[in-house]
Parts: sequence; C-alpha cells; structure tokens
Amino acid sequence: MPISEQHVRHLAHLARLDLSDAEIASHAHDLDAIVGYMEQLTTVDTTGIDPVANVAGLINVMRADTPTALLPTAVALGNATSHSDHAFLVPKVVER
Amino acid sequence: MSRPTALAIAAAVNAGSSARVAVEASLAACEADTLNAVIRVHRDRALAAADAVDARIRAGERLPLAGVPIAVKDNICITGLPATACSRILKGYIAPYTATAVARLEAAGCVVVAQTNMDELAFGSSNETSCYGPARNPVDPTRVPGGSSGGSAAVVAAGYVPVSLGSDTGGSIRQPASLCGSVGLKPTYGRVSRYGLIAYGSSLDQIGPFANNAADAEAVLRAMAGADPLDSTSAAQQMEPTPAGDALRGARIGWVEAHTEGLQAEVRAALDATKARLQAAGATLVPVTLPHERFAVSAYYIIGTGEASSNLSRMDGIRFGHRAEAADLRQIYGKSRAEGFGAEAKRRIMLGTYVLSTGYYDAYYKKAQQVRRLICQDYEQAFTTCDAILGPVSPTTAFKLGEKLSDPLQMYLSDIFTIATNLAGVPGISIPVAQDAQGLPIGMQLQGPMFSDVRLLAMARALTPQ
Repeated sequence: MPISEQHVRHLAHLARLDLSDAEIASHAHDLDAIVGYMEQLTTVDTTGIDPVANVAGLINVMRADTPTALLPTAVALGNATSHSDHAFLVPKVVER
Repeated sequence: MSRPTALAIAAAVNAGSSARVAVEASLAACEADTLNAVIRVHRDRALAAADAVDARIRAGERLPLAGVPIAVKDNICITGLPATACSRILKGYIAPYTATAVARLEAAGCVVVAQTNMDELAFGSSNETSCYGPARNPVDPTRVPGGSSGGSAAVVAAGYVPVSLGSDTGGSIRQPASLCGSVGLKPTYGRVSRYGLIAYGSSLDQIGPFANNAADAEAVLRAMAGADPLDSTSAAQQMEPTPAGDALRGARIGWVEAHTEGLQAEVRAALDATKARLQAAGATLVPVTLPHERFAVSAYYIIGTGEASSNLSRMDGIRFGHRAEAADLRQIYGKSRAEGFGAEAKRRIMLGTYVLSTGYYDAYYKKAQQVRRLICQDYEQAFTTCDAILGPVSPTTAFKLGEKLSDPLQMYLSDIFTIATNLAGVPGISIPVAQDAQGLPIGMQLQGPMFSDVRLLAMARALTPQ
C-alpha cells in the first residue's frame, strides 16, 4: 500500500515535525521505497517466536533504593532557553 | 602514522616522562586538522589533565593509560564541554555530566584532547550528514571516512591520536574503521555503559574504541568496560584475562558463503587472502550459515528508527537544545524540531514514527523484534561450530563524497555486513588487512559469541602487525 502524502502529514504531526510541502512529498517518496523494501519481512515465518527486548536476557533491573546525588536544579536548567529559578518556562498551555 | 602506540605512551609516562609530551603532539595535530575530522580541540583542559596525570604518577600511582591522548565522538557527554552529536538541534548544549566510559578512561590516565565529527545523531554511513560538514578520509580526502563515527576513525588513522571513542549502532565504528584503515571494536552489548551516550537505538548502541592496533583497543576497552549502576543494561560479566599464546592456532573460524557476494573484487580478494592467512596460522575454516541475516537491514531500520524516534522526542526545544520562536507550545515543538534536525534525522524519525504508529506496530516493530530473535538464534547456532565468524565489513572501499547521499536505501544497504552484529548483541571487530589498487584500506570483520571481546581482540592482534 503506497504511503500517501496525507498519511505522511499525520506522521509528521505525531512526530511533532513541521515539514514543508516539499519535505512531505520527498518523505512520501523515501518512506515508500524504504517501507517497500521492508515488506520482505512478511515472508519470514515468525509464528510463536518471542520478540527480543534485550539481547542479554536482562529483565526488570532494579537500582538500590538509596538516595544519591542528582543534578542540581541550576545545572539541570542550565541548557534551557527559557527558565525561572526552579522550572522550565513554556507559553501558557491551559486557558482559564 | 609513525606516532607511538597508546601502550608505549602509558609505559613512558608511568616511567616518569611527562604526560604533556604526547598530549602536546596530539593537540598540535588536532589543531592542524585538514580533514574536518576534529570539531573542537580542548587545549587548556587537556594540558591541565596531563599535569594531573603527572602529579598522580609522582604520587606513586601507576595508570594503565597514563597520559594517553584520546579523541571522543561528539555524542558522548563530558561535563562542561559541548555535546551536539553534530546536530543543529543540540548546538550550544553543554553536557552537565560525563559519560561513564569517559570518566573511567580519565581515571585510567587518558587525556581528552578533542571531540570528533560524526553523522548527525549517528544517522549515516559516510559522515556527510553532520551539521559541521563532512569529515574526509585521511587516505584520500576526496572520499568519505565512513560513518557514523567518521571523525573518530579518521583522527586515529591520520595519527592525530593513538586512540579514540566512537559509538556503533549498526556498524558506526567498524565501517569507518574499515574505510580509514584503523582497528575498530563494537563490544558486546552491555559491555560498556551507555550512560552519557546520546541515545540513537538504545537496544543496539555500544561505545567502543578505535586504535591503530588491537592491543591499544583492548587497553581502552578494559579501562571502560564493566557494570555501571547508571546504565541498567550494562553487564556484570568480568573481562577475561588476555589469553596467553597464539589465539589463532586451533581456532575454528566460521565463514558465510553469502558474505562473498556483491563485493568489490579487491575486498573479495582480501577476504580470500585472510582465510588463507588464518589457515596458515593454524586455524580451521568452518562454513556456517546465518539464514536470517538477509533480513537484518529491514529489521534494523525498523528497530533502530523506532527507538530513535522515541529517544529523539526529548529534543523538543524546552529543556535543552534549539528552541524556535513560536506562539504556542505545539508550534515550539514542531518548529524547533523542523529547524533543528537535518534531512536524514527527519527521515529516520518519520520512519520510526511510522513503524510504531497505531495499526502498524505489529506488522513492523513486533515483526522486526521476532526476526531479531531468529537472527540471535542463527548466531547461537553458528557459534556451536566455530569460535568466531570472519567476513567483510563493507562491500566496497571508501566511496567519493556525495556518491551515495541522494539514495537513502542504497546507503542503508551498505551496512549489510555490520548490522546483524548489533541485532544479536555480539561483539565485532574491524581489522585492517589490505588495500585496494588505489591504496584505500580494506578491513575484515571478526564476530564472536556474547562476551568474547577479549578473544576477538587476541585474534585481531595475531592478524595485525604490531
């Protein structure tokens, strides 16, 4: 099934990427070619095969429940374009 | 090319020579870089670190990598230094913490002299997607160094530094090592902590060393390997001691018939010559099959881009990185990301979003993870009859700048021999073995079972002149 430009616009919305019309068209073309190639996976019989989550077989690794030093607030905020003393600042999200 | 090895530098510094000597030489070489392989040199920090190493030696310490200059790929964080992964979206980002791999290397005496060019966010096989422009191959500057760790491969092959760090998600250490003529190791998944590595595909990524010989690569791996509470996927397995004696005598080396197809003639000839050398060294060649390897490119670009699209969602302009001017939050996200990410990053985010989206997850991502299981099983089966698998790293030697950039699928297919390694989690090493008619390096790969890194390095040492 070819990937339509409308579908690409939906993906761009999900990915939070504001793409130009030219980019939408080129992504539709590229995705179509790449996904078309990936269709080869449908020829593999994977009935009853467990998907891999971790190649080393690790499951639910827990850290010790002990307090440790974390990034100080000022350092954590230091790379933000906009912040107050204690928080990242963004435009108002919830209207009254 | 004739600069001292890492181990020779460490021996001299431990014996009382100043760490400044080798560090100064590397700083000067990095400052004179003509390959665009180096994007930042840290002279003052490096000289201070060299002096600190000297002080530790004077105080009686002995350090395995005393005074060894190292260059670090720009996606590995070091406190107080920029870390951009060569993406506009991270321009101006200053790392607030240090990657465990780098912290351990510095504790072992290494001195970071520079940060190296790479494909944007490690998305590429040619170092051409970098926001700093392409790095060039030291053997022929009209050609690519490979990618994504192109700068780290080039600085070692050019002799600026004896060792460097890269990261390998689908071949990003081994392929540039092959194209530049250095040794490059992708350790077993979990061998090296990923803490402080800007994530691409978290289930695939590993930090690993470049060096001009296997002994230096081993020394770097030993210094940074081991479990890390800051990376829950790091492995507790200890590194074995370096095996005594000849690693190749009596070894069973597998080879895959399918790996002989589609190769540049000289790469094919180098593969055959390497087989002959292995036999002459006392190894037995064993034909093996990896029946699902031909699906690896598909599985990799589904799993890798799915994980990348998720990992990169944190780059939204709010907490760090480029933030676009916009009236509302939704537009800040969309514009910051559209302005910050380059074309290949956008392509992979879109592909990853596609394979993870409602209605497609089972058909693509879950299917790919099942195929990944089959690939893991293929390796397990193969390693019941052999100790390592020999094969090419790249189907061709270094290609010209711009040659493959316009066709993403062709670029993805150039990773064909390296990506199954990451899907299975096993270690792989690229070893320079020959040159083509134009003098371009040809690397061969050895892959081994999980946690066989030390044995692979020993085999590589036996295959390379010291």
